[in-house]
Amino acid sequence: MKHYAVKRLLQLIPILFAITFLSYGMMRLAGSDVVEQKMENTSGTVSQEMIDAAREELGLDKPFVIQYVTWLGKLARGDMGVSYVSHKPVFSTFVSKLPATLLLAFVSILLTVVVSIPLGIWSAVNQNKAADYVIRTASFIGNSLPNFFVSLLLMYFFAIRLNWFPVISRGVSLQSVALPAFTLAIAMSAKYLRQVRATVLDELSKDYVLGAKARGVKFSTTMLNSVMKASLVTIITLLTLSIGSLLGGTAIVESIFMWDGVGKMAVDAINMRDYPIIQAYVMWMAIIYVLVNLITDVSYRYLDPRIRLGGTEQ
Amino acid sequence: MNRPVTIRVQKVKKNRIRTRLFIFLFLAVVLVLVSFFADQIVPYDPYAQNLSLSRQPPSAAHFMGTDQYGRDVFSRVVVGAKASVFSTLILVCVTSVFGTLVGTLCGYFGRGIDSVVMRISDVCLAFPGLVFALAIAALLGGGMSNAVIALAVISWPKYARVARGQTLALKNSDFVAAARLAGDNSVQMIQRHILPNILGPILVTAMLDIGTMMMELAGLSFLGLGAQPPMAEWGNMMSGGRSMLQTYPWLVLSPGVAIFLTVVTFNLLGDTVRDYMDPKTTTL
Repeated sequence: MKHYAVKRLLQLIPILFAITFLSYGMMRLAGSDVVEQKMENTSGTVSQEMIDAAREELGLDKPFVIQYVTWLGKLARGDMGVSYVSHKPVFSTFVSKLPATLLLAFVSILLTVVVSIPLGIWSAVNQNKAADYVIRTASFIGNSLPNFFVSLLLMYFFAIRLNWFPVISRGVSLQSVALPAFTLAIAMSAKYLRQVRATVLDELSKDYVLGAKARGVKFSTTMLNSVMKASLVTIITLLTLSIGSLLGGTAIVESIFMWDGVGKMAVDAINMRDYPIIQAYVMWMAIIYVLVNLITDVSYRYLDPRIRLGGTEQ
Repeated sequence: MNRPVTIRVQKVKKNRIRTRLFIFLFLAVVLVLVSFFADQIVPYDPYAQNLSLSRQPPSAAHFMGTDQYGRDVFSRVVVGAKASVFSTLILVCVTSVFGTLVGTLCGYFGRGIDSVVMRISDVCLAFPGLVFALAIAALLGGGMSNAVIALAVISWPKYARVARGQTLALKNSDFVAAARLAGDNSVQMIQRHILPNILGPILVTAMLDIGTMMMELAGLSFLGLGAQPPMAEWGNMMSGGRSMLQTYPWLVLSPGVAIFLTVVTFNLLGDTVRDYMDPKTTTL
């Protein structure tokens, strides 16, 4: 177990280097006109000497790898440069917007759990009956709706027609988080319903369920004590692994509902070619994603007694 | 709960799946044909502006109304199919072929090339999907082809992984050993024995991917990173109609329903193809 965690942590190091290198390289390719950006703001004619001086000042005359290492050093101290647009430090901007996105992600995961686990189990228990078909059809529809369309539909019906929620979020409040969180939860629930159903069905087909039935154990008892317990680990793991698609999906939903998180920040930055902000977004999202996956992998092995107590890893 | 599966039951099931396959394949072909002949079948020019007819509600003449420039929304939705359906099909074809080739070569030859390519795919997969696509689209700038490239970069590793896993499994099988004894070289081996046998899982992955890719492509266009106005494309049209949602909802609803129905068709087809390839794991 410990061995596994250490192994995964060591594997993380090259991945982190690759992420930072790629984020740096990509934005250098795009933002090669940093100097011109700077010069645009200074009045008067710009001579070649001034450009060269500015390049030297920014360290752009040095080899790429040296620049990358310098950048990494600054990064370690939390210095990611300043935004081209607002001229505020990038790192503190990102950190100030992150809680809103994390709140949105948390609420949508909570909604997903509340919706998809009971419905998935119910669907599995009633396999091929009316309830199962209804739930599966709903999940199929949810899977085929793009999240920006869901956003606009919810906005149209619940914010414009029924006036239950604000159209544009008014700060961070329960009312404002509802619609964006529902949007994200609909797509995620649709996907997870199927997986919960498949996991529970798989568990139900095992011999011990039949054995318990033969011994006269009530079905609800088998369900609660054994089937649920065995399925939950898998279900929770699958759910945590979906954080990746959630992190990407927040960008569109946040910018539709004007939810002031990192996703909206990134979309705005892309429209204004504010490369330092885009770079921070891509890099930190990747790091968060990799870390969440790592924690999931390690804790999955810890939570599953078959693996923890020295069984074979599948 | 576990009824014994007789050969007869299996046969009935297989026939039913085959019928479904034909129906959905037919619908998908119709969609592709509509997008192919879109320019010929639309009642109005999708780009002709007529400001005196702007923002008309749906009527007999304009079955989905008109937009703020008086353009016929129905014609724009039909022509929009061209952008969405074709770009998605090209995207999925290119990434699946490329990913499969790379994965097969990695699995077959192993060693250096394998570890290098797999580390590259690890890095591609280290970024949450759409986040990486957003970054690439930002780097390349707006445009439909750039959005397709951005999505291609994030989706090839999926195919490479499937193909590699399948190739590794096949490499140690008896018939491959027999073919090697018979004197087949690597090219013949991959072409005759490996590729035909891994095509099933790849096809299923690709079919199930079409709907997702279509939605992500439209999402990028919605954010202004894909198709640019005035081009008729569904994500783009919805983004344009977004500010008029309150008063002219059909501007958003029409392309939205179009994309929904298209994605449903391809998802149903994908599910059916999967069931057809492996009837044991029917889920829907």
